[in-house]
Amino acid sequence: MAVTVSIPTILRTHTGGEKQVPAEGSTLAEVIDNLEANHGGLKARLVKEGSLHRFVNVYVNDEDVRFAGGLDAAVADGDNVTILPAVAGG
Amino acid sequence: MLRIREDLVAAMVAHARRDHPDEACGILAGPEGSDEPQRVIEMLNAARSPTYYEFDATEWNAVYREMTGKDEEPVVIYHSHTATEPYPSRTDIARAGEYAQLLPSPHYVLIGTSDPDQHVLRSYRIVDGAVTEEPVEVV
Repeated sequence: MAVTVSIPTILRTHTGGEKQVPAEGSTLAEVIDNLEANHGGLKARLVKEGSLHRFVNVYVNDEDVRFAGGLDAAVADGDNVTILPAVAGG
Repeated sequence: MLRIREDLVAAMVAHARRDHPDEACGILAGPEGSDEPQRVIEMLNAARSPTYYEFDATEWNAVYREMTGKDEEPVVIYHSHTATEPYPSRTDIARAGEYAQLLPSPHYVLIGTSDPDQHVLRSYRIVDGAVTEEPVEVV
């Protein structure tokens, strides 16, 4: 399954400045492993101890993966994956 | 320093007053790299709380996509403190650090609405856990 991943500005140091990169996988975890293989250093910014970082939002198309299985969320050919920081405070 | 148009200040203050006593939150978007806020995007506070704010994740994704489609970025992220001083809380500082891991650090504008007659508006940079207040020039 080929998907397109939108890379947030600061992480573009890992993608040679590319805003969007292709990746392969049938789950979000596989997509992130594939990203890591091609753009080393990205995975550690997204995943900690086997889960998504608490304050990193990942979306498959319009859906927040937290409500779709997290790293186990399914992705399909042509899906768009977006990475954003959660925005919160007190 | 934050240079900001008077109508944008008025819009943020009106939003903060409207949502009081809950915290209001939102974005001032501007062209990427310009450091010039141009339009207000009021965000839902998914926490609906007088002591906490959190962008609704789904709305944030849609807003971010719209901004990037226009080559815009969040120049300012604002929120209100409705009972305390408009100074970044420990939570504000922690979340700002995580934000800066992914997106360029914005100006953080805080609006204090504890006094019903007189709001207080301040702007900060939050870098590596250090808070620096900055002058606000209203133009």
